[in-house]
Amino acid sequence: MYPEYMIPSLEKVAQSRNKRFELAKSGKPVFPPMSAEEREDVLTKFHPDYKSESRRKIRLGPNKGELITTEVADMLESHARIKPELFDLSSPDYETDILIIGGGGAGTAAAIIAAQKGVQSIISTKLRLGDANSMMSQGGMQAAITPQDSPTRHYLDAMGGGHFDNKPELVRALTEDGPDVVKWLEDLGVVWDKNEDGSMQVLHGGGTSRKRMASCRDYTGAIILRTLMDEVRNLPDKITVLEFMPIVELIMDSKGRCAGGVLYNIETEEYFTVKAKATIIATGGYGRLHIRGFDTTNHYGATGDGLVMAYRAGAKLMYMDSVQYHPTGSVFPEQIAGFLITEKIRGAGGQPLNIDGELFVFPREPRDVESSAIIRECVQHKKGITTPSGRVGVWLDSPLIEMLQGEGYIQKQFPAMLRQFIRYGIDITEEPMLVFPSLHYQNGGIEINAECESNIPGLYVAGEASGGVHGRNRLMGNSVLDYNVFGIRAGKSATRYVKTVKLGKLTLEHVKDYEQALKKSKIKTDRIAPVLLPSYTPEDVRKRQLTACYEGTLR
Amino acid sequence: MATKKAAKKTPKKQTKPKAKVKPKAKAKKVKPEEKMFTIFIMGKAHKVPADATIMGAIEYAGYLIKRGAGCREGFCGACATVYRLPGDYKIYTGLACTTLVEDGMWLTQLPVIPGQRAIYDLDKLVPNVATIQKLYPEVFRCVACNTCTKACPQDLEVMDYIQAAKRGDLEQLMDLSFDCICCGLCAIRCPAEIVQYNVGLLGKRLYGKYLSKKSPELKKRLKEVKSKKFDKEYKEMMTMKKDKLKKKYYARDLES
Repeated sequence: MYPEYMIPSLEKVAQSRNKRFELAKSGKPVFPPMSAEEREDVLTKFHPDYKSESRRKIRLGPNKGELITTEVADMLESHARIKPELFDLSSPDYETDILIIGGGGAGTAAAIIAAQKGVQSIISTKLRLGDANSMMSQGGMQAAITPQDSPTRHYLDAMGGGHFDNKPELVRALTEDGPDVVKWLEDLGVVWDKNEDGSMQVLHGGGTSRKRMASCRDYTGAIILRTLMDEVRNLPDKITVLEFMPIVELIMDSKGRCAGGVLYNIETEEYFTVKAKATIIATGGYGRLHIRGFDTTNHYGATGDGLVMAYRAGAKLMYMDSVQYHPTGSVFPEQIAGFLITEKIRGAGGQPLNIDGELFVFPREPRDVESSAIIRECVQHKKGITTPSGRVGVWLDSPLIEMLQGEGYIQKQFPAMLRQFIRYGIDITEEPMLVFPSLHYQNGGIEINAECESNIPGLYVAGEASGGVHGRNRLMGNSVLDYNVFGIRAGKSATRYVKTVKLGKLTLEHVKDYEQALKKSKIKTDRIAPVLLPSYTPEDVRKRQLTACYEGTLR
Repeated sequence: MATKKAAKKTPKKQTKPKAKVKPKAKAKKVKPEEKMFTIFIMGKAHKVPADATIMGAIEYAGYLIKRGAGCREGFCGACATVYRLPGDYKIYTGLACTTLVEDGMWLTQLPVIPGQRAIYDLDKLVPNVATIQKLYPEVFRCVACNTCTKACPQDLEVMDYIQAAKRGDLEQLMDLSFDCICCGLCAIRCPAEIVQYNVGLLGKRLYGKYLSKKSPELKKRLKEVKSKKFDKEYKEMMTMKKDKLKKKYYARDLES
């Protein structure tokens, strides 16, 4: 239930609704979309990336001297968790064809493809299989599947959304493979939303010029990933899943090729070594680093682990100066602050409104533009709504959707959103939600080519951990497509590679070298990475955690 | 506002997630005016903010969660929790990330739910009741007690989808289990020892692959892609100067 002081503003939203409904029904844009100059203006003035303290120069490694998101630079400039000299690499604990780091969408897709071609893999995952941002995507997956659309149109939309910084070959792979992925997933048993005649039900997303958002209600990621996980579990002879056992460092061979990784059992605190002919990083993003202090829509384990391992081994990063804030994270009630409110809400006709119940931006600008416009409305125009805990946000008018699409549409298409709010006495079929941008996606990552190869032989990357596909701003629905397209491609590429490679002697020298480089660059830090899990322990508890010396399993 | 009507819209009951919550300051630091509840986490008493979720309360109490947290937004099913309340004989179930604490709540998380899962080759299955019989014969032990439905934190009609499975009605099995997050609370309460969520998953996969109507448009598009129909246009755009591509982008028409 909204507090009483918000009621006058809610009434204004209700009052303007009929007029907004008429305009939306007319088919004309409900608000003028921004020109290139207007986009540039709002981004440079209000996007969190453009604040001077948001980026700093990284002092070592392959991207030395480049501006990088501050929190990421801090993470990259930290110590390893292990002492390489304590590891005997002559007899690895595990041996396999492909080591897949991460059990989300990209990792499971790669494992299935490899298994179908008779290749063995190990999926190492920090939490459970499927504990990943892939599980949480709600709104949909882009794919050019309608007659009025085409993969090349999808290409143009994605390039424009990414400010034309995207790597063309990757965007072509993404968009051209899209229809295939829809079919591949359906053959695995994914239940897509369909029209009566069997054609795919599609909606708009931010920055799309054609309706191409395919969905599974608002559980799109959950349905897709659960299907992929289920298939992984049908292939136990080929795929070994190691849960609560993240990889914390890559292992190289004497010829500079990636040759596996060091596993850490987070429960028993043991380390193990894995020798693998090829390695796929599919560790996802970094939302739990809480960049700029933002709340995040991300999964508990989204701490950017793959970036730091790869960087220490010499992998090049791309666009690590760019962070995606989802325009509509929840800000009220406090218990769900930062939670994702799917963009499908705006795809179905939902509108962002200020305290006076007015539209102030085209509802489907690309995400960075939409987020910046919402921040501008709150910060500069002071037309946001302040919550009892001091957060600020704008309305996201969902009842309009029922008027546009028919009664019962929200219950059928947005069961997750309805559930999320009804717990707190807010019925989104009758009242709007209160939203503000929330830290959502790692636009950049480890640079790859269309075969998912990094600059290190034997090291492949797929999904959010990779960089280049989305330029400096991803469009809605392109990440679900990304993890499928590039998960499949990584699986295929690695499968081809393992048939030819003969590994040399295993080594962790690069970890030692990186430690030396930290010293040489005079970087003093007590940080260690990969981060593995964020800490939400309150300060007063931490002050009492006073164990002076640590031995055994109890701190 | 509208809570009564809303309660009807989400499939039945709105018991544990209390409908009326007055949000207060962030549950991180204790402020003198903050209302606190005493709860028992695995038997140990802790004072926690009254407006905290169970997951927030566990972390507030100082625990680092390794098992028992995932997406933290109600999608992954990692945080299945069981609890009792003072003066009440009932066992309650919920997700730690979305259930609010109550005074005197006595709770534990379930770190993992042991549940058998059939191994199968989807390509070789037939979408009918015989497949259910073969892979999950225990489904037919269902005594229709409805405990699974009562345990579901998503408020799904779990028993009804198990009944649909028994009849071989895969469409209803798919539809009613669609929003399942596989937390396993149904399975842990079931006297017939059915693993409902795995039955639901099988039903969805059978429906998606064999019974859903196929898209003729998609078939056509796949042919076009295979015949390299877009090759030329791709090559043009991939080599186009940024300014020209930008112009093309801002000139494109929007589907209404």
